[in-house]
Amino acid sequence: MDVTFKIKRYDPEVEAPESYWQDFSLTLDDSATVLDGLIKIREDMDGTLSLRCSCRSAICGSCAMRINGHAGLACKMQVRLALDDDNVIIIEPAGVMPVVKDLVVDFDMFWSKIMEVDPYLRPEGTEPDAEYIASNEAMLHLSGVTACIMCGACVSDCTVMEVDPTFLGPAALAKAYRFTADPRDGDAQGVSRDRLEALNEPTGMWDCTRCAECVEVCPKGVAPMDRIMALREQAINAGFDNTYGARHAEAFSNSLEHSGQLDELRLVPNTVGVFNLPVLLNMAPEALRALTHGKLPPIIHKKIENADRVRKLFRRVEDPDRS
Amino acid sequence: MKYAFFPGCVSRGGCPELYPAAKLICQRLDIELQEMPGASCTGAGVLQEKNEFLGDTLNARTFAMAEDLGLPIMTICSTCQGVMSQANHRMKSNPEYLAKVNVELAEEGLEYKGNAEPKHLLWILIEDYGLDKLESLITKPLAGIRLAPFYGCYILRPTDALDFQDNPDRQSSLERLIETLGATVVDFAGKTRCCGFPILTINEKNSMAMVGKHTAEAKDLGADAMVTPCPLCHLNLDAFQPKASAQAQRSIDLPIIHMPQAIGLAMGISPKDLGLQRHIVSTKALITKLGVAAG
Repeated sequence: MDVTFKIKRYDPEVEAPESYWQDFSLTLDDSATVLDGLIKIREDMDGTLSLRCSCRSAICGSCAMRINGHAGLACKMQVRLALDDDNVIIIEPAGVMPVVKDLVVDFDMFWSKIMEVDPYLRPEGTEPDAEYIASNEAMLHLSGVTACIMCGACVSDCTVMEVDPTFLGPAALAKAYRFTADPRDGDAQGVSRDRLEALNEPTGMWDCTRCAECVEVCPKGVAPMDRIMALREQAINAGFDNTYGARHAEAFSNSLEHSGQLDELRLVPNTVGVFNLPVLLNMAPEALRALTHGKLPPIIHKKIENADRVRKLFRRVEDPDRS
Repeated sequence: MKYAFFPGCVSRGGCPELYPAAKLICQRLDIELQEMPGASCTGAGVLQEKNEFLGDTLNARTFAMAEDLGLPIMTICSTCQGVMSQANHRMKSNPEYLAKVNVELAEEGLEYKGNAEPKHLLWILIEDYGLDKLESLITKPLAGIRLAPFYGCYILRPTDALDFQDNPDRQSSLERLIETLGATVVDFAGKTRCCGFPILTINEKNSMAMVGKHTAEAKDLGADAMVTPCPLCHLNLDAFQPKASAQAQRSIDLPIIHMPQAIGLAMGISPKDLGLQRHIVSTKALITKLGVAAG
């Protein structure tokens, strides 16, 4: 098949370097992957094209880049599935991380965030006589997270890191979950309190917007966002419930339990605290504008029909004494 | 055509112009809506942070009510759609899990049989109603108007829960609708990104950075307005645009239109009846460009 690779290039060694687009037209087998195409371009057409690759089998995680605007492994994506109507495929370097040259990005930020979550087991208490015991079930659950090949696709497309590089990000938070969910980590009950306390800080688990970009682009099904949601549940259950994030979830839940629907007017004060004047005053212009435009949510919050049934459902499911 | 209508909390709360606008256009489209006054909020993904099973059970409760009515569910909110689809996906792909949910529902005499397929009005128009039929009802095409689509994460991802495999057109549904209305699509990178609303109270600076980035990008590409099928995105992109503009230290001034309002305008419904005067970012310039009287 005849295809065109439209590649975003960057050479730091020229005077006043700037990224630019370059088209390469070539003929490929129908079964060719994007990586096959890029290697062909580098070998036959332009030896200066820089990219990282190694295993060609979606194992090493070297060749993550943006293909048609979304991160993915070049070796895992077949060209014929990524072509537009004009047989064009758009290739860019991974996002968020700084570009070194062409499709090669600097992973220092990625690794420093992984290191920040102490990516090794930290058991507390007395050592067992023999080995640490973990159930098959727990290990099978963890295998979903340990499938991560550190390719950086999730970081590339993270909507938060795009505007705030201080966010720990999906890869590091999923890695953290790999340990908080490991029964060998943390105290005798397997609760990793120190980790959860640290991850509860700003730039940690609560800064995720739940946009699911990371779930979508992960080539190994790690579903980082789902792990971040599980971290939040772990943190709340471990008693770390005084962040805006945890209080937001609590206030939201209380509203639903009470009336079956969201009481938008009271959600913000109940989250930040009804006496937290600086934060409430900061939101005052928006509240005033909403009021003058007839958009302020109703002062008297209505309940859904038979709201008591929802309340009973909450109580049944959330009953701590339930086995 | 008749649907069990699930309008969601925000269309009657923070965006009270959306609910009547959606009902108005459905009336004109001859789509009958049956309210479900006993249906609860989906949990919006927030309750799910605390207790996913509880959230899924609440949604199963709504699905069971619609099954009892014998009607498919219509949503008008990307977030409601996504949260319902995710809950449905978990239950349909795991019969044991569904059985566990049904134990809870049995307490109030309900059972979810697993047949619900909640659909956003956007998908209904394309998949059930037909854009050709919609086009035949357009009396005031939005010719010359440049509209930037903004989907809202939950109606786009995760694609497996949203059945994109079987319905690949969902990926470009909003652009196709905008074209059907006679407007020009302003394509921009931010259309599938996050509006920042979920972290508004947690990290306002990042939330405002997202609003500023996406609205400014669309504005700079010449958009007259942005159109969204998600009222939560609308809240952040419209009501918080002045704050985002101040943070970005530039003017933006981009009206944000609910999807049913855009459809209504193309059907000749007055801007006032569609509630355009209730928006925070003024829609006056847009209305003038449309060449219609405001009310």
